[in-house]
Amino acid sequence: MSRRVRLLVFLVGGGAVAVMFALAFLSMPHFGRPEHLYRDLAVPAAVRHATANVVSSVNFDQRAIDTFGEETILIASVVGTAALLRPAKEETERRVPDTGRTLGATRLVGYLLLPVSLVIGLDVVVHGQLTPGGGFQGGAVLATGLHLLYVSGSYPALDRLRPLELFDIADALGATTFAAVGLAGIAIAGSFLSNMVSFGTFGALFSAGTVPILNVAVGLEVFVGIVAILAKFLEQDITVVKEGDDG
Amino acid sequence: MNVYAYFVAGWLLIAGGYGIVRSRHMVHAIVSLAVSQSGTYVLLLAVGYQHNVTAPVFGSTEKPTKQVVDPVVQAMTLTDIVVSATVTALLLALAVQVNKRQGTVNPDDLAALEG
Amino acid sequence: MTALLVLSLTLVGVAGTAVVVSASPERQVVTYSLFGLTLGVLFVVLQAPDVALSQLAVGAAIMPMMILLAIRTMQKDQKQQRDRDDS
Repeated sequence: MSRRVRLLVFLVGGGAVAVMFALAFLSMPHFGRPEHLYRDLAVPAAVRHATANVVSSVNFDQRAIDTFGEETILIASVVGTAALLRPAKEETERRVPDTGRTLGATRLVGYLLLPVSLVIGLDVVVHGQLTPGGGFQGGAVLATGLHLLYVSGSYPALDRLRPLELFDIADALGATTFAAVGLAGIAIAGSFLSNMVSFGTFGALFSAGTVPILNVAVGLEVFVGIVAILAKFLEQDITVVKEGDDG
Repeated sequence: MNVYAYFVAGWLLIAGGYGIVRSRHMVHAIVSLAVSQSGTYVLLLAVGYQHNVTAPVFGSTEKPTKQVVDPVVQAMTLTDIVVSATVTALLLALAVQVNKRQGTVNPDDLAALEG
Repeated sequence: MTALLVLSLTLVGVAGTAVVVSASPERQVVTYSLFGLTLGVLFVVLQAPDVALSQLAVGAAIMPMMILLAIRTMQKDQKQQRDRDDS
């Protein structure tokens, strides 16, 4: 299909979608209206389970099974990326020298921010049931923080800091913990992923029952998953060369 | 103002689609797809928004009776963002492989699919 | 409040369009991470701090890095291929 024909097809299809969107949007409930039926059900449910952050309650308690499915998507994507980006037969890995082409200031800021961002990431994970944040956000912050090492120009240091074999195990561990909490729900309360731990006081660190446990499991898995995916891309970029080629 | 947010969401979806159709580089198409998907974030959050109320997070001291915006759509958007990142990772890995096999990432130059 | 909403929504729309019309993927990475930033601001204005946090980490940091690394790998592979064809 030539580019012109393709554009024409898109203009027809996109135009039709735009018209249908406009019709739908104009008859939708208005933006910012005060009636929210799901909200009126979700907030009391979260308060009953002593969860101050209602979003965490929805994610890890009320529809935790959806989050379990999402974790599976994450694992599948890590496995898929690893399979697609493994070095081919004619490619070998080489050791990279510490390049040291980074500005001193960049290096300094990178090293200074590394512990800070790791602490912030952990804080975001463990307070997921109280303040904005949780496993997804905290895991992503942790993974970003770790790659400050790469930004400060030290790929070998990053490589030493993340033993990928351990990370593969940790990824499985995160998913297994999630499933185990779900099965414990069946054993104790009769349904998968039901919140069966004592809820504690509203607003305390140990409150909301299983929400903090699942948060930590998801935080571990997101952190490890993102690091593993980025490691595959870094490997392709830096260490993998075709045989007989010094890069 | 009543429907402006919805139209921004629709605009992102269609603009992303336009980018995919016009793209001359697979990475460009993948990023355009991510823009398309951002439309869903804006739409979901716009559906759950309410004027003059706060985020669905309560402090430890205040009574959880105040009005908040809809937390259910926010949880869905959260899922959406993570899924978008994993899909992008997988597509980029595929594009890297296509480049290794075919030596090009311009969709117009790609030979027909090989078995 | 409403002015802030209109402004952040417009910024998102403009930034999204800029990402799509950026021709080369290298430039697109920059506009894309700016787009991620405007989305983060919009989410804060829409009272969704959880979503904003995750959007900032994923959209403004991790995705651009992944895209840049993929582009560099592709360029390296194409260069190697050209070198092999020449020799």
